[in-house]
Amino acid sequence: MTVDQLTPTPPQKPWTHRVKPFAPGIGVLVALILSGILIQLSGANPFEAYKVLLLGAFGGTRQLTETILKATPLLLIALGLTIAFRTKVWNIGAEGQYHMGALLGGIVALTLPNLPAVLLIPLMMISGILGGLLWSGLAGLLHLKRGINLIICTLMLNYIGMLMVQYGARVPFRDPDGFLPESAKFVEAAQIPRLFSSRLHIGVLIALVLVGVVYVLLWRSPLGFRLRAVGAQISVARSIGLNTSQHILAALLLSGAFAGLAGVIEVSYTYTRLKQSISDSYGFTGILVALLGQMHPIGVFIAAILFSALVIGSQTLNVSLQIPAAVAGVVQALLVLGVLAGQAIAQRDT
Amino acid sequence: MPWEQVFTLTFLIAVLTAGIRLAIPVLLAVLGEIITQRSGVMNLGLEGVMLMGGLAGFATTYHLEQWTGLTELPAWIGLGAGLAAGAVMGLLMAVLAITWRTDQVVAGITLVLLGQSLTTYLYRADTALGNARITGIALRPIPWLSNIPVIGEILFNHSPITYLSGGLVVLCSVLLFRTNWGLQIRAVGENPAAVATSGLSVMRLRYLCTLIGSAMAGLGGAVLTVVQLNLFIEGVTAGRGWIAIALVFFSRWNPFVALGGALLFGIADALQFRIQALGSEEMPYEFLLMLPYVLTLVVLLFGNARDQTPAALGTPYTKGER
Amino acid sequence: MRNTPEPSGSFAIEMQGITKRFPGVIANQDVNFSVRPGEIHALLGENGAGKTTLMNILSGLYAPDDGNILLNGKPVRFHTPHEAIAAGIGMVHQHFMLVEPFTVAENLVLGQTLGIFRESRRTLHQRLVTLADQYGLSLKPDAKIWELSVGEQQRVEILKALYRQARILILDEPTAVLTPQETDGLITILRGLAAQGTSIIFISHKLNEVLALCDRVTVLRDGHTVGTADIADCDAHSLAEMMVGREVDLQRPDRASQPAPPPSPRLHLEKISALGHHHLPALQDITLSVYPGEILGMAGVDGNGQRELEEVIMGLRSPTHGTVHCDGAVAHIPSDRYSMGLISDFSVTENLLLRDIDRPPFNLKGLLHPARMAKHAANLVQQFTIRTPSVKTQSGKLSGGNAQKIVLARELSRGHDIVLAAQPTRGLDIGAMEYVHAQLMAQREAGGAILLISTELDEILRLSDRIAVLYEGRIVGVMDADQADVKQLGLWMAGKHALPTQPVESRQVENPQNHTVLVSNPINGGTMNKGTINEGTINGGTPAS
Repeated sequence: MTVDQLTPTPPQKPWTHRVKPFAPGIGVLVALILSGILIQLSGANPFEAYKVLLLGAFGGTRQLTETILKATPLLLIALGLTIAFRTKVWNIGAEGQYHMGALLGGIVALTLPNLPAVLLIPLMMISGILGGLLWSGLAGLLHLKRGINLIICTLMLNYIGMLMVQYGARVPFRDPDGFLPESAKFVEAAQIPRLFSSRLHIGVLIALVLVGVVYVLLWRSPLGFRLRAVGAQISVARSIGLNTSQHILAALLLSGAFAGLAGVIEVSYTYTRLKQSISDSYGFTGILVALLGQMHPIGVFIAAILFSALVIGSQTLNVSLQIPAAVAGVVQALLVLGVLAGQAIAQRDT
Repeated sequence: MPWEQVFTLTFLIAVLTAGIRLAIPVLLAVLGEIITQRSGVMNLGLEGVMLMGGLAGFATTYHLEQWTGLTELPAWIGLGAGLAAGAVMGLLMAVLAITWRTDQVVAGITLVLLGQSLTTYLYRADTALGNARITGIALRPIPWLSNIPVIGEILFNHSPITYLSGGLVVLCSVLLFRTNWGLQIRAVGENPAAVATSGLSVMRLRYLCTLIGSAMAGLGGAVLTVVQLNLFIEGVTAGRGWIAIALVFFSRWNPFVALGGALLFGIADALQFRIQALGSEEMPYEFLLMLPYVLTLVVLLFGNARDQTPAALGTPYTKGER
Repeated sequence: MRNTPEPSGSFAIEMQGITKRFPGVIANQDVNFSVRPGEIHALLGENGAGKTTLMNILSGLYAPDDGNILLNGKPVRFHTPHEAIAAGIGMVHQHFMLVEPFTVAENLVLGQTLGIFRESRRTLHQRLVTLADQYGLSLKPDAKIWELSVGEQQRVEILKALYRQARILILDEPTAVLTPQETDGLITILRGLAAQGTSIIFISHKLNEVLALCDRVTVLRDGHTVGTADIADCDAHSLAEMMVGREVDLQRPDRASQPAPPPSPRLHLEKISALGHHHLPALQDITLSVYPGEILGMAGVDGNGQRELEEVIMGLRSPTHGTVHCDGAVAHIPSDRYSMGLISDFSVTENLLLRDIDRPPFNLKGLLHPARMAKHAANLVQQFTIRTPSVKTQSGKLSGGNAQKIVLARELSRGHDIVLAAQPTRGLDIGAMEYVHAQLMAQREAGGAILLISTELDEILRLSDRIAVLYEGRIVGVMDADQADVKQLGLWMAGKHALPTQPVESRQVENPQNHTVLVSNPINGGTMNKGTINEGTINGGTPAS
């Protein structure tokens, strides 16, 4: 290391840090304007469209409930990825880990239908978490033991996991009486309990608690400190004697567990059976949610609600203004692009 | 399981022929991504890029066919549109990854989301495309050669795009290993600082490689919709973009190995289609679909991954940084 | 186009009033610098004096904020390195800009050849060998870069510049990575180039080399030009004063005597061998002991196994053979503070607590206590006079000296018995350097066993009680610091074992492994009373044979 002391060693400048928190806001604004133009082009009034979208997502108890339900798997996955990304562990395999969680949880539900809910639900949750752990752990082993690029490991395992679910639903666990390649509906006891009399379920509560847990883990616990150290400068972490492989594996396992939990919750409550498609690309979208939320639990919470609101709100948009619901995805992508642009501009050196 | 239906010459010929056909869109994307990654940029957004290419190609072809009443020519223009759409997506990737130095994983996944949602949106918004079909491009059996029994049928009875793609494999290899420009591309993927001090522009090289790679993926998507399926549906690429990325690693960034990988994928895919068509319930065709991913992992597991990976792959270059 | 006759004494390159600011610092202010055709011109200055910035401006990497550059009397402005190269300015960077998996030939032609297809290997290689011969540089066009030694890689870099028809060659601290022998070779090459009309800018902070090689010298200090002089009018003393701006005191600090019979070693390495980059042997059969209350200086040219030695002692690299015994915990001042010592994005507090985060009172029942962490950090900041706006400031924002103080504070405040200090003052200004030296001496006085690995011979001579020399992964010699013979050290650093007047060496040739020789005698104040040596071995306590 020969640092010419006068070259700009720390390229960040103070004002950058003052602008940085606003980057998401600026990005959101730009994204909304661009999306507005798109809506205008397809023949609707953007302001009206946004109003419909807002009302569709937050306009009543039913809408709000749907938004929260849809946000839950995104939040869970993105919280897990927050841990991983803070450790600079590029786990992009949440989709596969989610599927494995759903598969293992689903298998428990289908094979032990006679257990009471108090046993069955925890057992499913544990299996789901194990499924996620298994899949992220496998990627971790391939990466740490054989030196295979982690992005590629996790990516490859995504589709393998998804196809396992498809196979499971079509062949071994197929409902012999059904017409579709899917399993029988889970028994009542395998559906995770609702909160009071709403459509919300315990999983929502778990996700909310985990927002706090992840914060404490990352900024108030020695493990989180070490994980962040590994993420911020792995060579230093190694040099002070941390076992970096262990920490990388820990971050992977934690994020896999979160994704697996999301999978089992969704399959237990939303899909109530194993079928060909049990995810709305949550694993991939979760990556963007984690990123949009600045890899901070509170930010991730807001981003998950935002992404979910766009999807739920756009469903009414489709009905009332004949704007294709896919506009939600476009707005999501533009949001991320806007934030990335904002960050890039905020970090410019001159 | 009616195995006797599988092990017949007709079946074999049909599977191999279809396999080559199915390999082409993926092959084009893989070749492009090899060039991109050799320059040090990892574009994970291929799935989105292929979808954009696929829709642009299909929509252009459809409207031109309707408007002119011609056949073939609109399809060729459509392929050009797919190429262009891919290049536009590549430009976005390049701005994100090279100019803004956004993490390339993030940029790539954003591209996938954008491609998926934008194509779905536009496909729905243009109601004419709903159940539209196009004529596409006819097969061009090669005279004499296509008459050779078995081999002729498998190798020389394809659309011109297939032969062209074969040529592109050679072209890519020559470009990377026999031209001065290829030397620069490989150098910028290994040590961008060395390239910069040689007086070359790291940015320009990487922009070009990202654009070329993305354009080829767009072309791949267009070949799928315009030449092979003659239709577009949401998510028509069905993960081919991800398979292409797998095959880039499988091929160790070598165009000829990539050809082999793409053919393997194509044949597995064709086999899977046939088996599904046979209507056999228990046949686990999902495992055939897993093959490209599993094989890639196996190849990486036993190969020496670290030594061949472009050293600067995925790392943004900052001018003046040492 | 006018073709004005050039004024007498015209310059190949002239930089006038160059100013370059970076956020927070002015790297160059009103710098004047000019080089005549065919001269070897030294650019002398301490780390951070602005040499590299000035040369980066000349080579087109940065644009100056103010000032002019004249090339053969005509004003030029380089916006990219390409323009500078086209104008005949070639730079040999300290960190070689070579593509490791490529061959020498491929590196040379990179970005140079026109036409689509690559030249056939045979004609290309022939051309390159001819070119190399013309400048007296030997060359293997087919060799991959990573197979070459550092000296060979540097020759490739020089040839690369010449292949690009450089008329002005900038070498950034070219000898930092070379042995004295390789340095001699380089000097011959540079003299030859200058004789053929190439202007050479030789960036250095080593006075002897500047005096030996150069025709003129320009001294920079704190981003300003101190002056330009003919070498004939300079001596080491005057140059040092120009460079530092005050009298340099490189006297050995006073030291307490050691207890007469050395107790058992705190740190002992037994026949250590280890692999380094590309799995090539980096350390071979290293045996050494460090005793309480002494500083063992490990001298040697960069890249001779220092990094691997450091890593093996810290358990970061597994030796292929041999054992490391530590009697007590090791404080580690790493050779590269930004990749081994400090997390730039972490706050001062977090960096100060990197090693202690898991223990009380900072960690109680699995939860951290930020208030206690901050208090502890504030104490250390005060104790080690770390200048920082706050303990919450990101460490990357502090100066090199203060960053190093964070490392010192973290490592030395924990009461260790063994200190491994690797290149502890690299990149620091004089004030910070003296602070580090004082801290190391304090550790010594307190009875610590200190292994100082440094490529700065001055530092080694100043601090050490005993000096060992590392060459190509072996310890080639040991001597007592009070008796230090710089010439001998230089020869050892160059891998020259044999010096007829020294019996140690001739015996080593006979029996390199097992011969133990008494080298040190009781000297004034009695630093180390006994010392034994054989090749690859330093042993403090064994009675002489």
